[in-house]
Amino acid sequence: MVPRTVAPNSFAGRLDDPAANAGYEAPPPRKGFFTDTSVCIGCKACEVACKEWNMVPEDGIDLLGMSYDNTGGLGADSWRAVAFIEQSRPIGRGTPAFDGTTTGGSSDALQQDVVAAGIDVFEEASRLGTALPGGTPIADAAAAATGASGGCGCGSGGGGCGSAPAAAAATTTTAAPASEQFLGMPGMLAPAPLPDREGRQDVRWLMMSNVCKHCTHAACLDVCPTGALFRTEFGTVVVQQDVCNGCGYCVSACPYGVIDKREGDGRAWKCTLCYDRLGNDETPACAKACPTESIQYGDLDELRERAEARRQQLHDVGVTEARLYGEDPDDGVGGDGAFFLLLDEPEVYGLPPDPVVTTRDLPSMYKHMAVAAGAMVLGALVSGLGRRS
Amino acid sequence: MNTPGSPTEGAFERDPHPDADPRRTQNQEPHPAHQGGQSHHDPLGGQAARMWGAGMGRRDGAAVDAPGGPDGGKPRRRGGRRRRGDPNAVVPDAEFRSYYGRPVLKRPVWTHDIAYYLFSGGLAAGSSMLALVADARGDATARRNLRLTSLTAVGASAYFLIIDLGKPERFYNMLRVAKVTSPMSVGTWILTGFGPLCGAAAVFEGAVLLPQRGVWGLARTLARPAASVAGAGAALFAPLLATYTAVLFADTAVPSWHEPYRELPFVFAGSALASGAGAGMLLSPVAQAVPARRAAVLGATLELVAAHRMENEHGLVSEPFRIGRPGKFLRAARALTAAGAVGAVLGRRSRVVSAAAGACLLTGSFLTRMAVFEAGITSVEDPKYVVVPQRERVAARDAAAATASA
Ligand code: SF4
Ligand code: SF4
Repeated sequence: MVPRTVAPNSFAGRLDDPAANAGYEAPPPRKGFFTDTSVCIGCKACEVACKEWNMVPEDGIDLLGMSYDNTGGLGADSWRAVAFIEQSRPIGRGTPAFDGTTTGGSSDALQQDVVAAGIDVFEEASRLGTALPGGTPIADAAAAATGASGGCGCGSGGGGCGSAPAAAAATTTTAAPASEQFLGMPGMLAPAPLPDREGRQDVRWLMMSNVCKHCTHAACLDVCPTGALFRTEFGTVVVQQDVCNGCGYCVSACPYGVIDKREGDGRAWKCTLCYDRLGNDETPACAKACPTESIQYGDLDELRERAEARRQQLHDVGVTEARLYGEDPDDGVGGDGAFFLLLDEPEVYGLPPDPVVTTRDLPSMYKHMAVAAGAMVLGALVSGLGRRS
Repeated sequence: MNTPGSPTEGAFERDPHPDADPRRTQNQEPHPAHQGGQSHHDPLGGQAARMWGAGMGRRDGAAVDAPGGPDGGKPRRRGGRRRRGDPNAVVPDAEFRSYYGRPVLKRPVWTHDIAYYLFSGGLAAGSSMLALVADARGDATARRNLRLTSLTAVGASAYFLIIDLGKPERFYNMLRVAKVTSPMSVGTWILTGFGPLCGAAAVFEGAVLLPQRGVWGLARTLARPAASVAGAGAALFAPLLATYTAVLFADTAVPSWHEPYRELPFVFAGSALASGAGAGMLLSPVAQAVPARRAAVLGATLELVAAHRMENEHGLVSEPFRIGRPGKFLRAARALTAAGAVGAVLGRRSRVVSAAAGACLLTGSFLTRMAVFEAGITSVEDPKYVVVPQRERVAARDAAAATASA
């Protein structure tokens, strides 16, 4: 279990088989998660299933008052956490929300276009879900069918293009009556029927089920002074609860802010990728519970291929903001065992845009420490020079 | 240092828990002028817009209309959102996006005990090195007092280290493993080597209390050389004890601990030497404090120079060392350390000046440790310290790739 030799690439860089690097002979293929956020519906079945299976305690029933996400993020008592983001954004590619007018071509018009063109959006969606690449964005199809204008040319980068000039021109709204004052509670309806204060209804929801990344170079594991954190034969990273003494080093080391110390218990906890289920050839609880296959479990190699195909598929139908996160074995942590397909920049989901395992710089840190220690010795020697007065 | 109405201050709701951070709340009361329906450019729309409309999370005096914002018809800026930054920011607010302003990283679970540990470990190391110097020079009072200081400090270190564990009774689990990839494991072993030697050197000082005759007399005679050997052994571990804590902090994802990893060992080495020297000046007669005074000047200089780099060379990540509580601590530390060094030079004849300078150095060293500890905490509480430098890294890489392919 304990690595006998420290391979030269143990600190950082590409490492294709972390289990073998950790000393396992002929380990099974590396396992992981591919979380495709484009099909996540935010149902939180994964959160519940994870808690149930792993007997993770309740962590406070809070209303955070920011969105439908009241979990707030990963922690010792939340090993899966569904992020929820609401954004203004034109539907489909190249359809400015307020194109050409002060109020602009709102999504009302767009929806009317879609209806007028006789497009069955559900069919479109299912075609996208299963068919080959090559679909057409609904909005474009609708625009083509009805001859409406479109195309502001913005695409990737997420967040959507919009209409600040239009909004600026319309800054004459009078003060809202006190009775309408919004108190920060999520509404009961989807945002579409509720125009925002500028009358726009073009809103999108992003949802992402976050989880421990099971890094190829796991900082938490590297810095653990008790050996409580270890690499399993599946290439995942697990805490041995009977060894952890709650020093908390792993908490500060994780570049994703995943692992945390449990209140009242004192030890560090995080996702185990259902190590007990894996050992019995079972799918982890969250992946099993996910109704939309947003969470896909399997051999990492295969998942990476699947994810790239999905990204390509989405690009082909105009979802150019789709990008993979954590799939690259050459990134700062050597690639994640659990990686994602995102529809906006990682930081929008609370993920670091370019994480690097801190131990990459450890050899240099030790070198600097040695020189500083030498300087101290020198200082003491110089201080002691000369005869007593 | 918030610049009211600054046009770069693209205000946006971000802190769903205004109570969670008292530092932020003052400026976050909904501003009457922004209450209700005043129309602003809306960075997110929908839910966030309604919260925005209700004045939630808005910062006093912040300019709310970011010209050419993300909804602009013009080419979009990358990332496209304006975020306001820290109210104490001394550099213009960085633009970045985040998940409702929530931290990306976990707040270190270490408490101030760890800051105290940094100080006491450094003091133990510095004083045991100077005890060896005093021993070599035959400065008996200085030697004795430094050895006792060192023992007290290392005892305090072990105490702070262990009570900060979530399961203190499992401390021994660290003694079952030795891992170079874990600076904490390395440090545990350094402390395990240093502690008993330092303790022995101090305890043997007590031999003077034994009777001069018989078996006790023999023990009394042997105690001197034994103490010297133990003290020399401790002094061998001491520089490692003083500097490994820098690696301990640097080997984390915490931006303001990790980024200055080249300077931190020197800050801690200088601080440890200065604090040991401070103890020496405080506790020895001036005639025996010559090495302490020299060490004070050397240690203080090293600490000040390295801390200056740490405070200025790392762009945004250096900012926590200048603002808020860590900034105050570091400024006070700098003043006290400098005063201590000056006092060390001037206090050649005066016991009082020498002792006062020693006290300044000790306090300065303590505050330096507190500043480093708290700067790290500040740098994880605001996601900008994580997101902005990483974004810059990505942008630099993209630019390099673009030029390479062009
Ligand atoms: S460093 Fe963080 S994300 Fe990576 S394996 Fe450890 S806890 Fe998971
Ligand atoms: S808290 Fe536990 S798992 Fe984390 S580094 Fe310390 S001993 Fe290891």
